[in-house]
Amino acid sequence: MKTSTLSIRTPEGIVFSQLLAGPVTRFFAWFIDQLCIQAAMTIVGTIFSLLEVINLNFAFALYVLAYFTISIGYGIFFEWSWRGQTIGKRLFRLRVADVEGMRLQFNQIVVRNLLRFVDALPAFYFVGGLTCWLNSKCQRLGDLAANTIVIRVPRIAEPDLDQLFAGKFNSLRQFPHLAARLRQNVSPAEADMALQALLRRDEFDPVARVELFGELANYFRAKVEFPPEATDGVADEQLLRNVVDVIYRTRAESRMEKAVVNL
Amino acid sequence: VIIDLQRFIANERPFWNELEKLLDRIEAEPDLRMPLRQLQLFHRLYERTAAGLAKITTFSSEPETRRYLENLVARAYGEIHETREKQRHIFPLRWFLQTLPQTFRKHVRAFYLSLAITIAGCAFGGLAIAFDPDSKPVLMPFSHLLQDPRKRVAEEEKATQERLAGERTTFSAELMTHNTKISIFTLALGMTWGIGTIIMLFYNGVILGAVAVDYIRAGETKFLLGWLMPHGVIEIPAILIAGQAGLLLALALIGRGNRSPLRARLREISGDVVTLIFGAGLMLIWAGFIEAFLSQYHEPVIPYAAKIAFGCVELILLCLFFAKSGTGKKSETKKSGE
Repeated sequence: MKTSTLSIRTPEGIVFSQLLAGPVTRFFAWFIDQLCIQAAMTIVGTIFSLLEVINLNFAFALYVLAYFTISIGYGIFFEWSWRGQTIGKRLFRLRVADVEGMRLQFNQIVVRNLLRFVDALPAFYFVGGLTCWLNSKCQRLGDLAANTIVIRVPRIAEPDLDQLFAGKFNSLRQFPHLAARLRQNVSPAEADMALQALLRRDEFDPVARVELFGELANYFRAKVEFPPEATDGVADEQLLRNVVDVIYRTRAESRMEKAVVNL
Repeated sequence: VIIDLQRFIANERPFWNELEKLLDRIEAEPDLRMPLRQLQLFHRLYERTAAGLAKITTFSSEPETRRYLENLVARAYGEIHETREKQRHIFPLRWFLQTLPQTFRKHVRAFYLSLAITIAGCAFGGLAIAFDPDSKPVLMPFSHLLQDPRKRVAEEEKATQERLAGERTTFSAELMTHNTKISIFTLALGMTWGIGTIIMLFYNGVILGAVAVDYIRAGETKFLLGWLMPHGVIEIPAILIAGQAGLLLALALIGRGNRSPLRARLREISGDVVTLIFGAGLMLIWAGFIEAFLSQYHEPVIPYAAKIAFGCVELILLCLFFAKSGTGKKSETKKSGE
């Protein structure tokens, strides 16, 4: 079955997945690489044209050799130096990786690049594109021979969950006895439901999001009745953040936070 | 299920950061040799992060953290579980004198197969020309070969001006690149279960056989040997070696008599395929140089006997190189150590 991810199970039993790059993105990356090769050849041609003054034949021979070396060596050089990336792949956030998640070897890079000769047949990588489209791991013939895949490397940052919680001020915490009752009355399933809604908030349609948070806010309002000054003027989504904050964060943490704010 | 997600992340973050720093260092310094203590730390950090990933996976709605951890675990996994030796330095001389001939001998049966296919092609081409001389335009689609051999030899020997005067270097470069492309193509066609490689080798043989018989029938054997031998004794084996690499790839794909999975079979031969094709490339550079600067000179400039003798010496040296180089005790010990 064709999927957009490749899951690898480690001997420790941990499963991690790699996002596979599709043929279209790969084609665009290849197109950028072709432009880079042409740009490099223009520069090399200009430099060698200076040699024409000395010997035209020698300059042309050098140009022929340079074109051959650059067109074949470009992919090998960059993929080896940049751990599986060329300029095009870097722009489109793609990377060549070992199909079993191992370290990419020089041999693999050479084989996958040399087999472009067959993948490029009859024109515009038709054979490679077709194989990639039919293959479950989106591999062209070169990738199959070299045991490689091309993965997507999304921009990865350290997760920041602070944004999910109430922020610097939580009106519900002004009434510690009611906050304690809220923690007592809310079941783990209900707490989880509120947290899930907050975590997935960007996935909802705007109207559905307003409706959902309205319903959830009313539900938690009914659990423990807070005085109007704690809930009035607080948006439904913010109220839910306050509720999740009360349930999931310990008092010690919030006290520490308060101390930091006071400083 | 993790209930206090934030606390979990706060607790684990220093370990993730430490692992990330180590990975960045390993990736930036391919020659890095970590001391045992650091290796142990690396392994512990990997295990802890992998365990964190296993926990966070149950928390299906937190894709950002999961992806971050998956990335870390994937990078560390590749470094920790890799059993193939890290390719630190390249030693060109050792590669040329030991690795290349040893690899050639290791897969010599694929070379014999490549040779047999080419000989079959030669026989076909030769017989076709012998029995049906009119088939020449079909068998040899190159204008300079379609001429009557006797006429061509007379022209070449009487030429007062060099045909390639002032263009020899370019011609040499074109020969090198063209032949290398053909070799790579012959190798790459191994991915068609060898059918493409066989066709390429056979077709090369057909042309070679047809040309040879055409010149022999015309009584120009001496010219033929003088013309082809200086570069041909290197160029033809180079194409055969490219065919050997292609057949190696095809045999790994087919997997007859080998119960390992396809991936393992391909992994096993990938290094040897690269060695063989680089070897063929080197040979073609030499052949291109000789073809442009020696083969194109004919009598009376250079006697055919001298050219044929040069070709014979090259062939003997080539055979000795592939048969004997890297067979010494020292290199065999190194090989078994590997």
